[in-house]
Amino acid sequence: MVCEGWKEKLDTYLDGEVLEQEMREFDAHVRNCPSCAADALGRVQMKRAIQVAGKRFTPSAEFRQRMQQRMAARPKRSLNFGWMLAAAAAVVLAAGALTTSYMGVRSGRELAANQELANRDHVLSEIADLHVETLASSSPVDVVSTDRHTVKPWFQGKIPFAFNLPELPNTGFTLLGGRMTYLDQAPGAHLIYDIRKHHISVFVFQERALSSKLKLSDEAASSNRLPFNTETWSQNGLRYFVIGDASAADIENLAKLFKASS
Amino acid sequence: MFYYVDVSGADLKPDSFEELAMPLFDQLFNFARWMTQNREEAEDLVQETYTKALKGFSSFQLGTNFRAWMYRILRNTFLTSRTGLKVTMTVPLDTEEGGPELAIESDTPETLMFERSNREMLQGAMDELPVNFREILLLCEVEEMSYQEIAETLSVPIGTVMSRLSRARRALRDRLRAPFQKSGTAGIAKGTVVQGSNHGL
Repeated sequence: MVCEGWKEKLDTYLDGEVLEQEMREFDAHVRNCPSCAADALGRVQMKRAIQVAGKRFTPSAEFRQRMQQRMAARPKRSLNFGWMLAAAAAVVLAAGALTTSYMGVRSGRELAANQELANRDHVLSEIADLHVETLASSSPVDVVSTDRHTVKPWFQGKIPFAFNLPELPNTGFTLLGGRMTYLDQAPGAHLIYDIRKHHISVFVFQERALSSKLKLSDEAASSNRLPFNTETWSQNGLRYFVIGDASAADIENLAKLFKASS
Repeated sequence: MFYYVDVSGADLKPDSFEELAMPLFDQLFNFARWMTQNREEAEDLVQETYTKALKGFSSFQLGTNFRAWMYRILRNTFLTSRTGLKVTMTVPLDTEEGGPELAIESDTPETLMFERSNREMLQGAMDELPVNFREILLLCEVEEMSYQEIAETLSVPIGTVMSRLSRARRALRDRLRAPFQKSGTAGIAKGTVVQGSNHGL
């Protein structure tokens, strides 16, 4: 076939992805080869056509405004506040250094407890974000069903582990559906339940897939810094989170149902 | 336009995110709309992408490509969405079969298109492509990303970018060629202009 070697790389050449020396050779060849020149012209026209046709959609003014408002509404730390924080941090560090020199090294247990608190707040705020984002979405669940025998198999092949869903008759809870989710790039299951018009999220992840900063002890059950009630525990290698604006008793009851079914 | 963040860690504050991310808003929406093929879903997808990106901005690796990072977040978010899960079940595998298209034909899809088709026809053909072909064509031709950027966005090796791009182009040509082959009008004289054609190509 004529110019087989050249044509094989024609798209790469037109994308500007061949080496400089090769590019010069291509230029020279295309100038002298009508067949390759015609082919190159056609492909360039196609590239331009896709470029024009691809710029097809523009966001609505309403959506743009909504996004701009969201970005503008983010809490911003002022410079002064930043300096205050830095100054406060310096004072704390200095005080810490003095205390350390006076009292000696703090006990490992205390440090571990502080780390645990920081981990707990971090993880639970991530979980709260996932919960809120999902409920705010126009399509919060990907599998819509109140039947656990429909929802559970839906996750087959989508997440690398299996889990059990509790039976719910006479409990007041209704399963609304589920979706895939990610925490720290680890895939997991997100289930949504309803009780008295309150939506509760249950997240299930593989414990070993979560990075060390996301690992919690079972004592880290709840956070009083969130506007939600939460429960978390580890069972059979899986980490469960239950979160919602329902009462603490409801959250606890749903957690108990999950613990009993696993 | 490329967005490389080469600032020091001290400069990587929340305001930088807005400055870097908002100029990408239109193109991210366009990409999201092509992927989801639904306006509401595209809006949800873009919104979720910005939320996740803002949250993870402190972990954004300095010196890496911000645009590719944003597209990667959008794409990963899409792939875990209901629509994304549905479409990824039907995408073709990345096989090497077929090889590059070599033959020059008297009526190539390109010439046919420029003589007789319009932008809507091309858009329709792109709509019909499997999502992994559609996305790579958009990233290459519309976003004008380099192979390296596309590789970063899709989290695949450059070799895969090249082979997938080649197959995507071939699939698009096949779809453009099909109506002409069906109607047996492929041999219409060059220079014919279809009335109402407004492709601006």
